[in-house]
Amino acid sequence: MIRVSNITKTFSDITVLKGISAEFDAGKTNLIIGQSGSGKTVLMKSIVGLHEVDKGDIFYDDILFNKLGFKEKKHLLQQVGMLFQGSALFDSHTVEENVMYPLEMFTNQSMDEMLERVNFCLRRVNMTDTNKLYPSELSGGMKKRVAIARAIALNPKYLFCDEPNSGLDPKTSILIDNLIKEITEEYGITTIVNTHDMNSVMGIGDKIIFIYKGEKWWEGSNKEILHSDNQELNDFVFASKLAKQIRFGKQKD
Amino acid sequence: MIRLFQTIGEYILFLGKVISKPEKWRIFYRDTVKEIDKLGINSIAIVAIISAFMGAVITIQTAYNTENPILPDYLIGLAARDSILLEFSSTIVALILAGKVGSHIASEIGTMRVSEQIDALEIMGVNSASHLVLPKITAAVLFNPLLCILSNAVGILGGWIVGSATGAISSQQYIEGIHYAFIPYYVFYGMLKTVVFAFIITSISAFYGYYVSGGSLEVGRASTKAVVNSSVVILLFNLILTQLLLS
Repeated sequence: MIRVSNITKTFSDITVLKGISAEFDAGKTNLIIGQSGSGKTVLMKSIVGLHEVDKGDIFYDDILFNKLGFKEKKHLLQQVGMLFQGSALFDSHTVEENVMYPLEMFTNQSMDEMLERVNFCLRRVNMTDTNKLYPSELSGGMKKRVAIARAIALNPKYLFCDEPNSGLDPKTSILIDNLIKEITEEYGITTIVNTHDMNSVMGIGDKIIFIYKGEKWWEGSNKEILHSDNQELNDFVFASKLAKQIRFGKQKD
Repeated sequence: MIRLFQTIGEYILFLGKVISKPEKWRIFYRDTVKEIDKLGINSIAIVAIISAFMGAVITIQTAYNTENPILPDYLIGLAARDSILLEFSSTIVALILAGKVGSHIASEIGTMRVSEQIDALEIMGVNSASHLVLPKITAAVLFNPLLCILSNAVGILGGWIVGSATGAISSQQYIEGIHYAFIPYYVFYGMLKTVVFAFIITSISAFYGYYVSGGSLEVGRASTKAVVNSSVVILLFNLILTQLLLS
């Protein structure tokens, strides 16, 4: 479980996060949704320590993360995997080297053991026979899958995904969503996904937190989101004409 | 002025992050060898070409500007040798490498920053500054003195070939000048300056690349800043080192 308590983050006079408190359930796919610029990415980057919060606390289970020393933080981060919006694969490394990277860095496994793990992770994301390819030779969806393989290489306890569907076609988006959901359930990972893709919200969101102008505006499940009377949430979720029609239809039913 | 002190402060803090024990020595050695290839071995051709022409031009210019019957011809060889050893091979080559290597480092690290590759390293618990920059600094500090020696040799050779071919100085006189009153300390002095310049080029360029924020435009700007500022700092340290080491 990850818990944030009253966190505030300001960038040169602009307060991006305004006292957000939330709890992300263990072994579930937790979604942070909100419009572009609402503070989703800043919230996620603050939780993983890429941004230092001005105020508030971040707990990984019972560990107060933002007050940890360098060594303790480093140790905890080895239990964290992250999928970045642009995949963030190392350009100069092959697929195999990318996935092997955390293993080489933090384990004392032999080359054979590392290769076995790399191949297992690549098989898990359906990326077999791509070991020797470079990121520039992969499509957007393939890059995301390799990034997921790298994120799970060290068997993380926590998985963060920043807009995993951005730039992907609807079919590939569903594939990535399903992969995240499956991995979360299979390994009992606490997963947090930043998204504004409504297919993801309905498809994989066990718990959803809606961020509006830097504040937590709503919290609930993907079933509850359809029947909420929160105006800002509805404006966001049912922004498209089609979505409005679907909801209108549902209400009529 | 305040901005300058702020940048110097940030640079010192950055160095504090960079100069720390590598996570895994095996990876550090491997990366350092890769960087020696990228930053050092790939610079051999440009250093050799520039040094050959530099030596040739110094010899010809010295010859045409010292057409005095009182001055013996071998002094042309001596002047060319000392100019190359003391100044050209270390400072001019450093300025050229600031352009070639500096822009490469700043754009490489800057691109890693804007494409979140550095964030990916941080998330893994890796000290990204040390992991990315220390092998580059080590590679340049180890290999650039060899480039300096190469530059010395090729520069003197260039002066000899062109000086004799153009008739500016006879081959025998040039060789006599090269041997005359040779002070081995000058070679050490040039290499020492090269080590300092190598550190300046790699660390300043990495600093500008590491703190890029934005997109490709900012990466380009950082690359330009890296080259300009490392060149200025090289010139400043050239002055300081000359005063310290030759006075």
